[in-house]
Amino acid sequence: MGILDFLKRKPEATATVARERLRIIVAQERSTRGAPDYLPMMRNELLEVIKKYIHVDLDAININFERDSGHEILELSVTLPEGKQTARNESGSEAKTG
Amino acid sequence: MTAEIIVVTSGKGGVGKTTTSASLATGLAMAGKKTAVIDFDVGLRNLDLIMGCERRVVYDFVNVVHGEATLKQSLIKDKRHDNLYVLAASQTRDKDALTQEGVEKVLEGLSEDGFDYVVCDSPAGIEKGAHLAMYFADHAVVVVNPEVSSVRDSDRILGLLASKTRRAERGEGPVTQHLLLTRYNPARVAIGEMLSVKDVEEILGIEVVGVIPESENVLTASNNGIPVIVDADSHAGQAYSDTVARILGEERPLRFIDVPRKGFLQRVFGG
Repeated sequence: MGILDFLKRKPEATATVARERLRIIVAQERSTRGAPDYLPMMRNELLEVIKKYIHVDLDAININFERDSGHEILELSVTLPEGKQTARNESGSEAKTG
Repeated sequence: MTAEIIVVTSGKGGVGKTTTSASLATGLAMAGKKTAVIDFDVGLRNLDLIMGCERRVVYDFVNVVHGEATLKQSLIKDKRHDNLYVLAASQTRDKDALTQEGVEKVLEGLSEDGFDYVVCDSPAGIEKGAHLAMYFADHAVVVVNPEVSSVRDSDRILGLLASKTRRAERGEGPVTQHLLLTRYNPARVAIGEMLSVKDVEEILGIEVVGVIPESENVLTASNNGIPVIVDADSHAGQAYSDTVARILGEERPLRFIDVPRKGFLQRVFGG
């Protein structure tokens, strides 16, 4: 790299972006590795049910699957939003019409 | 004495599996090991071209699996190395032509014939061919490029090696995993444009067994049908030689992972 290159170049470390994105996705995919195929679908269906009562999004539901010697543990946790909640049907704002 | 089975796999296509299989098998043969390299990519035969034996294929892997030819008839002896043999993939059959029992029979046959190593060149993807290529493996060379989709796919493959292999199913101890970083460009790493060796090792949680620099010699080698490891003057060839030595248990430092130092004048004026 010569003087001209040095003056022209604005360092843009896209490798850092790649590294951070990979860290997150690899960790996420490892956490569900070996788990039954139906887990993502079950998570979505559970979300639909929970949404009827509480306003939460997909990130609030955490499904953990662990395999110990001899037994399997399916752990499900839902982070409830803070503050008093009302059932969404009662609030009427997004009540289903169909 | 049973042959050691090494699968060369990656998940993603085009990262250098066949190039690696050819050089690995040739390197093992050069180290005095009787080696066979098998193309598992049924329907998309390519190893024969990289090994330079495409015009000598008479019978292939599927023929042996189906009992239409003997192992002896189907193994193609390498022109340059006495103890190196190639088993080509079938170009005409569909990809379901391989069966687990058939593959097992072929691998057992190679063991009986006194082979020390069998290198299985996996097709891309995680379908049947890739599954069969890794199923009987003792060692796996996971080929990865310093690029997001390749790194993610190789993590997936590492997971499959830990669960969907005979060793895993029988509880015989894990398949030995070797991560091979190919198409590495130290200059682009230095300016932050490419994931570094350390980045890839940290993300996947496994050390590399070798780093093959991006090199024009790889294309030259495939044009000529001579595995790049035979080109002892090329950096890629030397990096493959180091890799084979490490797989055989030797300790060698990584080479060609830093930008060559430039002289003072070059640094000031560029070039």
